[in-house]
Amino acid sequence: MSPQVEIQLIAAATAVACSLVGAFLVLRRMAMMSDAISHSILLGIVVAFLAVGDLASPWLVLGAAATGVLTVALVEALHRTRLVKEDAAIGLVFPALFSLGVILLARQAGSVHLDTDVVLLGELAFAPFDRFAPGGTDLGPRALWLAGGVLLLDAVALGLFFKELKLATFDAGLAATLGFSPALLHYGLMSLVSVTAVASFDAVGLVLVVALMVGPPAAAHLLTDRLPRMMGLAALMGAASAVGGYWFARWLDVSIAGAMAATVGAVFLSALLLAPQRGLVAAARRRASQRLEFALAMLAIHLAQHESGPDAEDECRADRIHLHLHWEPGFAERVLRAAEQRRLVRHEAALVRLEEAGRVLARGALTR
Amino acid sequence: MTWGTVAAFWSDYTLRTVAAGAAVIGATAGVLGVFAQLRRQSLLGDAVSHAALPGIALVFLLTGSKAPAALVAGAAVTGWLGALCVTGIVRSSRTSADSALGLVLSVFFGTGLMLLTWIQRRPDASQAGLDRFLFGQAATLLTADVVTMAALGGGAVLVLVLFWKEFKLLSFDPGYAALLGLPVRRLDILLTGLLVMAVVAGLQAVGVVLMSAMLVAPAAAARQWTDRLAPMAVLAAAFGAAAGVAGAVASSLAARTPTGPAVVLAATVIVLFSLVFSPRRGLLAGAWRRWRRRRDLRLHGVLLDLFALAGQHGDPTAAPHAVAVLRAMAAGGSVRRSLRELTDRGWAAHAGGDLWTITAAGRGEAERFLADRAADGQREAAP
Repeated sequence: MSPQVEIQLIAAATAVACSLVGAFLVLRRMAMMSDAISHSILLGIVVAFLAVGDLASPWLVLGAAATGVLTVALVEALHRTRLVKEDAAIGLVFPALFSLGVILLARQAGSVHLDTDVVLLGELAFAPFDRFAPGGTDLGPRALWLAGGVLLLDAVALGLFFKELKLATFDAGLAATLGFSPALLHYGLMSLVSVTAVASFDAVGLVLVVALMVGPPAAAHLLTDRLPRMMGLAALMGAASAVGGYWFARWLDVSIAGAMAATVGAVFLSALLLAPQRGLVAAARRRASQRLEFALAMLAIHLAQHESGPDAEDECRADRIHLHLHWEPGFAERVLRAAEQRRLVRHEAALVRLEEAGRVLARGALTR
Repeated sequence: MTWGTVAAFWSDYTLRTVAAGAAVIGATAGVLGVFAQLRRQSLLGDAVSHAALPGIALVFLLTGSKAPAALVAGAAVTGWLGALCVTGIVRSSRTSADSALGLVLSVFFGTGLMLLTWIQRRPDASQAGLDRFLFGQAATLLTADVVTMAALGGGAVLVLVLFWKEFKLLSFDPGYAALLGLPVRRLDILLTGLLVMAVVAGLQAVGVVLMSAMLVAPAAAARQWTDRLAPMAVLAAAFGAAAGVAGAVASSLAARTPTGPAVVLAATVIVLFSLVFSPRRGLLAGAWRRWRRRRDLRLHGVLLDLFALAGQHGDPTAAPHAVAVLRAMAAGGSVRRSLRELTDRGWAAHAGGDLWTITAAGRGEAERFLADRAADGQREAAP
């Protein structure tokens, strides 16, 4: 495999793993937990490194994941004192842990092959140089094995407990009544998030971890109401953002993780604007067409009321209708054109006359 | 600290500049943070400060300037844009606030880092001066920087004070504010703008990654000491300034210690102290209250038992009762210890051996206690 393909595979596997766990974070309104966890695992990595002295040690992953779970526990403990609100609790815990990590890291500068740039951005571009070669046979980059392993872990864990997580996410009360421990599920999910964040952190940095855990699931949430479909779409969009971001970064020769985060933003923006039902464009068009339908009904009712009255000469004149209905002249013209096209009305000299279809519409609108 | 070090402190230009800058930042962020906390927007500052990064990079890319005022202006524009994106996404779609925050902060920040690497790559310019915006570098602050910060922060606080009444109403009861005819939307945008000003003022010293903590921590600490808004804002300003000075001084004295993290740790210490030691809401005060309530309950249990037993005899004080009897009646706790404490208060007396008796004072206390409970019961039954 060429390094290019390897980088894209690592990024895509990371993106899919993040998107899958992220779907539950987004639905449980805990998206900012991904931010908190991804920041505070830095402390775990640094402390574990100082204790073990080896960046490749599995203890690093474990130590970091433990810090992630510790963050969740601290936020909850702080929130339970009822002295601070939940969002403030998050905002207190992770900056403190992250600060400790940064200071420890800065004071070790030189002896650690890890600096703040790596923390924020990861080093995906160098991932192919770090090979996984047990016994001398080259089995591909280590990061790919790590990302693939975490993806497998996430898929298996979420698959096994899909029903329970789904229930606890949408109806925590019912889940508790049926005997599923919400706390156990919560901490299980958070452990999964932590492990995923640690594995991804190594390759893509903490910014992209947040972008991938929140962006694709939030975009998918705009496109569908069904959880399995949402997870599938999120995984797809995550992988697409990863690969697209990679080529974007290659084209501009900039940071891969930064470009991927920007691509995630573009994907979410497209979903926000273009989602078939919930998109802003679809909503604007729906509003415009509802406005037109309502105006057509108003026009039909107005004409039906006045067509045989004594003041029909005035009330039904094409160039004066907008005054009677309190419309902008331009809007009135558009409505009249649409009405004529649909054969609701016809023009007779200066007057507008109702057709049979228009009369039916007026009667229907009044008796509805 | 001796007078010698204080004097050295005041004569050291760098330290003085750093301390002044950090104090301004901390105070501004503290005051604005109180409002963010009230409006449950503690994490909005996180999105704003991360969203400031692309603005800094863009200004440098377009103008090549590293003047603090220009960079801060760019930061303010994209930071404000980020805040508007969060509210816009929440208002116009089903995306919840937490997702919108996470999305905006990571996407804007990622874009900013992308621009920084683009700058780094250009042969003509080094991004050396821009790196300090990530974690802050107080030691490089100049008087001009501090003046910029003070102007921004002072301006934000001044506007806040001018519209104090309106913002207070908006934060506590936006519905009522709208009912009174206040322009709620415009006030909301203005208050968010002030928050952005407070954030960008601190970027150079504390950095975009951790500036948000300065909005959360001082306000959370101040909340523990008072329930009133104005004292809370003043306290938060004081806490913020103290954390700023402590962190900035520590960072410029110790080698290789970035300012942002040092300031945040100082603020965290203040929060922890407040959470534990504040007199009314604090954890210690709460534990002390709970302990006293439990003790009173235990003592009164035994006292009422004695009182009930005594009531079955002709001469109450002359009829001592065995500990074993009381132990059988007690709900829990050490009966002997309760009896000793009752004796200390003069409500019970030791009658030799394992026998105890109630005193006249004890009877009075028991009757008063029962009357209080009866009154409570009537009050609860009445409505």
